[in-house]
Amino acid sequence: MKSDLYGFLFAMWVLILLGGGILVTILGPFSISGFGLFDMLITSIIKAMIAIILVVIWILILSKLKNWIFRKEIDS
Amino acid sequence: MIELILPAIVSCIVAFFVVFAMTPLLIKFLEKRNLTVKDMNKKEDTMIARPGGISIVAGIILSEIVLYAFLQLNEILAITLTTFTAFLIGYVDDRRVMGGWFKPVALAFAAIPIIVFGVYGTDLAFPIFGTVQIPVLYIGLIIFMISITGNTINSIDVLNGVASGFMVIASFSLSVCLFIMQNYEVAIISLPLGFVSLAFYKYHKIPSKIFPGDSGALTLGAMYGAIAIVGSVEIIAAVALLPAVVNSFLFLSSVKQIVEHRQIKGKPVEHTDDFKLKATNDKTAPVTLVRLILAGGPLTEKQVGFAIFKLAIFSGILAIITTFLMGINS
Repeated sequence: MKSDLYGFLFAMWVLILLGGGILVTILGPFSISGFGLFDMLITSIIKAMIAIILVVIWILILSKLKNWIFRKEIDS
Repeated sequence: MIELILPAIVSCIVAFFVVFAMTPLLIKFLEKRNLTVKDMNKKEDTMIARPGGISIVAGIILSEIVLYAFLQLNEILAITLTTFTAFLIGYVDDRRVMGGWFKPVALAFAAIPIIVFGVYGTDLAFPIFGTVQIPVLYIGLIIFMISITGNTINSIDVLNGVASGFMVIASFSLSVCLFIMQNYEVAIISLPLGFVSLAFYKYHKIPSKIFPGDSGALTLGAMYGAIAIVGSVEIIAAVALLPAVVNSFLFLSSVKQIVEHRQIKGKPVEHTDDFKLKATNDKTAPVTLVRLILAGGPLTEKQVGFAIFKLAIFSGILAIITTFLMGINS
């Protein structure tokens, strides 16, 4: 069980690295223009929405991973 | 760098010895006033003084005052005020039984000093890939981070010495990462957190003479979160905290709502005849880090504590690797 826990921590770490890569790749260059003073605000709101969606996906993947790694213990 | 050595040494000495000297007096004071709680993992009825957050926050405030006298940085004021606000929130919860939502929501207010002093960047740095600029979103991240770190440390405060011992490993790992990143000022500001935790661990380790309580756990967690934001090491800090994050994640994903531990009916852990800890088969009980550690068979409280510390060391190493990966794209 303890090795499973280390595996889960390592998987979380890899997911953080990959999630960071996706965030930087998608959100980094993203910007909207044509709304004058509201450009920054609209860009930030859209970035926030994309970030929240990515976090939700991250949690779902982690949840599946948890069920897969700890299936035996959770079912017992 | 050289000019920072004296403030660093003096503040670390103050942090350690204030807690080391004050905690025994606090234990006597709390016991005299009957401010004790039962240690649920002891065979005999053992009453333990609580909350130890008072000596923890005293050590942090005095050591940060010393640092401020040397460095006069707004970062020190912001971190100290955030930490003190978190202590007050925890102290209210220690004295009155509050609902499950109280701490996460109230801790959002503890983040205000960081925002008011403006001691944060708007770039979120990731290893390998670089940074992303999120000026508006970052305010939300600050509020979220303080709430998460405070409650995460609180959630791991389940066995003798675990919260303080875990904090020693996580905070010193974070300090090492800050030194590697050559963010020397924030690294020095972060050192008292490790020394305060270390001094408190002396009295909190098994068999505990004092419990930190919500005030102690939230103080340690909120200061950790504040350092992460001010030092722009949010991702590294999250990695060093992974075992506690896993514990919160497992708990929340099994109970599917924000509740206090005391509101949960099912027990994740029970005792064997020789008073070792053992995972239960109760399907209504939440899945927790301790329950998963015990899935392999019964262990003593001390063995479970050390298993958590080993996980914390593993995460600390991952945090240091993450720090080196930060340099790849910079």
